[in-house]
Amino acid sequence: MTVELSLTRDPAHIRHGSNIGQPMTRTDGVLKVTGKARYAADNHPAGMVYAVIATSCIARGRVTSLDVAAAKRYPGVIDVMTPAHKPELAEDPDAKGNPFAFRMELLQSDEVRYANQAIAVVIAETLEAATEGAALLSPRYQVEIARVGLDAGEAYAPPVVGIGNPAEVRHGDIDAGMAAATKLTDATYETPAQYHNAMEPHAIVAVWDGDRLFIDTPSQGMGFAQMRVAGLFGIPPANIHINSPFLGGGFGSKGLISGPQVLGIMAAKLIGRPVKLVLRRGQMYGPVGHRPPTRQRIRIGTDDAGVLAVINHEARVTTSSFDDFYEPAADASHTLYASPAIRTAHEAVRVDTGTPLFMRAPGEATGSIVLESAIDEAAFACGIDPLEFRLKNYAEVEPTTGKPFSSKALRQCYARAAERFGWAGRPLQPRQMRDENGFLVGWGMGTATFPAIMFQGNARAVIRADGNGVMETGAHDMGQGAWTALAQISADSLGLDFDQLTFRSGSSDLPDAGIAGGSGHTATVGAAIHNAGAAVIAKLAELATTDERSPLFGAGNAGVVARGGRLHRRDDDARSESYVEILARAGLAEVDASGSGAADAAAQSQYAMHAHGAVFAEVKVDPELGQIRATRLVGAFAAGRIINPLMVQSQLRGGMIWGLSFALHEEAVMDHRSGRILNANLAEYHVPVNADVPPMEVITVDEHDPHVNPLGIKGVGEIGITGSAGAVANAVFHATGIRVRNFPIKIEEIVMGLG
Amino acid sequence: MRIGALVRNADLAHDAEFARSYPAVAEALLSGASAQLRNAATVGGNLMQRTRCAYFYDAGSACNRRWPGAGCDALKGENRLHAVLGWSEGCIATHPSDFCVPLVAFDAVVEIEGKGGRRELPLEALHRLPGETPERETALERGDLIVALRLPTEAKDFARHARYIKVRERTSYAFAVVSAAAAFRIEGGKIREARLALGGVAAKPWRAREAEQVLAGARPDPAVYREAARAALAAAKPSGDNAFKIELAQRIVARALTLAARGTPDRIPALPGSPFSSVAGA
Repeated sequence: MTVELSLTRDPAHIRHGSNIGQPMTRTDGVLKVTGKARYAADNHPAGMVYAVIATSCIARGRVTSLDVAAAKRYPGVIDVMTPAHKPELAEDPDAKGNPFAFRMELLQSDEVRYANQAIAVVIAETLEAATEGAALLSPRYQVEIARVGLDAGEAYAPPVVGIGNPAEVRHGDIDAGMAAATKLTDATYETPAQYHNAMEPHAIVAVWDGDRLFIDTPSQGMGFAQMRVAGLFGIPPANIHINSPFLGGGFGSKGLISGPQVLGIMAAKLIGRPVKLVLRRGQMYGPVGHRPPTRQRIRIGTDDAGVLAVINHEARVTTSSFDDFYEPAADASHTLYASPAIRTAHEAVRVDTGTPLFMRAPGEATGSIVLESAIDEAAFACGIDPLEFRLKNYAEVEPTTGKPFSSKALRQCYARAAERFGWAGRPLQPRQMRDENGFLVGWGMGTATFPAIMFQGNARAVIRADGNGVMETGAHDMGQGAWTALAQISADSLGLDFDQLTFRSGSSDLPDAGIAGGSGHTATVGAAIHNAGAAVIAKLAELATTDERSPLFGAGNAGVVARGGRLHRRDDDARSESYVEILARAGLAEVDASGSGAADAAAQSQYAMHAHGAVFAEVKVDPELGQIRATRLVGAFAAGRIINPLMVQSQLRGGMIWGLSFALHEEAVMDHRSGRILNANLAEYHVPVNADVPPMEVITVDEHDPHVNPLGIKGVGEIGITGSAGAVANAVFHATGIRVRNFPIKIEEIVMGLG
Repeated sequence: MRIGALVRNADLAHDAEFARSYPAVAEALLSGASAQLRNAATVGGNLMQRTRCAYFYDAGSACNRRWPGAGCDALKGENRLHAVLGWSEGCIATHPSDFCVPLVAFDAVVEIEGKGGRRELPLEALHRLPGETPERETALERGDLIVALRLPTEAKDFARHARYIKVRERTSYAFAVVSAAAAFRIEGGKIREARLALGGVAAKPWRAREAEQVLAGARPDPAVYREAARAALAAAKPSGDNAFKIELAQRIVARALTLAARGTPDRIPALPGSPFSSVAGA
């Protein structure tokens, strides 16, 4: 008897939909609201002591002295880790092994590369003693002049931007496009440095047991963290056990293990006791990445009818003096608008900051606000409604590659959001609308886009003799709802009701689920779960369909379907057998199987894969005082299959609020002489408060995508920022007639511009 | 009205009689900080907030308030929100209190228990301009304790025409870029008496007496508001990248006067102090 194993994109065994697509509330919700969810810093192993980092207050130079004796004299201080007194590392923390390895400061020298860099670690019996000990170190420095800002030095062309993207991309004939254009928008925009500011600071509780290491730490990528720590300490990755069930936000800053987290591990090794190290809020502005400032010049040429002839998008970004991460800001212009000629190019300037890193929609966020603002400018220059302009230049294929889209329901997004917002009849000219109180009213829009990315992830599925199932995968819940959405996929993949499933996650002892980034976690791990489920159901099906005693005998593997803990014959639903019966007859306690998920290279080479959306914003502006208030935001998004509408709404809403924040609030203010950040706290680093968030509506547009992955998931983690920031900025222009090209939009620009 | 120094900001603002008698003070209180901070902050604590800026907090920077004679790194630093009135080269920081702005407009008095017994001080005289000695922020002496705050009964006469307007960079939990408290006694269609003070412009809550004189006896109309606004900012000069604040302050003064003349709202708006407080649902 031949077993028909069907593990194609549409596996025979699995019916998705019983759990997938349902608006289930968070499985970890009660734990969180009752304070029972145990975050990394909530752990207190026996004998644990506290480590506090002393940070540099200069941005460039050398530490010439530390008063270690004074710190050590303080009651409760156990030890002070310095460049002269620290455990040996097996690997240079400045070594670059792979594109995801970034240099970190682990007290390897007395050099200071940026303000807020770790220069020592004080270990004490109490947090208070460690904090006081760190203050008593009274560092002295040899100071060099800090390089600050986008004009701090000679600009150069980076080798690549983002992870491996070419720094310059040319499509079509730029010169010919410029020559053909009868209308040209040529505008230079700036975006500020931003910091992730996850609510939960980076924290670690590290326990060594011989050459085994147990760490509690928030991670968006336990597999990567294991590899990095293994290299640094010269132990096998399997000896490192990371526990990371919950993250209080990550936004990319917890994608790679950071220097301070490793310092906690070093401190535990130095003194041979469990150590807890938690960053203070201000210490998060430096060693854990940020979104670098950008200056972007964008030229958009059209004919008189508003048809694009050329987009030339150039971005200058900063990076650190000692490492290479280049925000791929201009890449936002690759995919959205059908221009016969597109050029994107980047240049970089080295400054004395921590290395910028991935921050929610890295490149897409900085590039999108500029592209969408400039498209608004181009539409205005042509006297065309901004939505009509976008539809006129709608990309039917990906402009820079010519590939067809795997799916693209952007037209429906435009239509649904515009209708819901009431966009029709919007006056073309700015400063035309007032409300009953005399406030200026403006409407703006932006297109949202984010690539459908996948990493590599694994899962293991088990069906037990009692008929219940287990799904194991070392996935990461940053608050986005992985505990819930991945469990929904698991239940369907095992053909079980939700309450028959045990979903295990959040630990590096489970199969590596890859990184929770690039909006690709649900797609990647979902595919792994789906494949693991299909494989274990195939084993059950094989047991049943090859057994003469089974009502399914002879059906063939593809002839059965799993549902509600039973296998049913596809051609006769009434003939079925439960998992319990199948395993009992086979005398098995359980069956298990593994599955993995990753991008399909063949499909990727054939199709362009992106999620899309459209965001419409209304703002009101005080005509004399210049104060801006967002009053409405409507977004419609097409992102493939929606696993859990509640979680997806929440993700998109959060992203849109971040877009609002980008346009109107968020900025790290750096002293242009010292290179120190002056607002490294949540009081002065402004993100919107509840009272700044307008009534919002999020619409998800159905999109069936047979190409991205088996489940048709595109991801929603980052797209909400894109489009939204530009929509708000464009609404401010429409309200006031003032085009502010420095973000966030500041009151002085409006006050002085209003006249 | 005598208010103990340990009364919480939120309790005071929500006291019905207080809010009826001194609506601009209640509105200022509720526009300050965040709900959580207002629940914890006290009257005395609010008065004693340090005049400060980011350089005061940044231990790596020179600050004459922290270290007399060290210099002021704010002066040529990131200073778009710093003082435009009463500053010196020694310090350009602003006093961040909202509460104190209408209080100085209404001639509030501070009761102080000191080594020599109890004494009184007009609130306006409590905070000092920086001059040559920015480290001396208040008129308090060593051993002094603020025990109470008094609002004169006459201040109630302004209750029908009193507003506090605050422009800030987000709707809550942000200091004023500039704010203004304005109040009138209007009789027979004329301004009998005006009170005006500004916040976010100087090292102390800034009483604008020249502007009050312009308004006294005039008919309430936009032209006189603009003239009063000019008078209030006549002595202003930028201390850095903040020239816009002089223009903005004049507009806020004119707005606060306009709204005060229009009349105190029946209840404190849901967005206290906000220019958008009149927007339905806001």
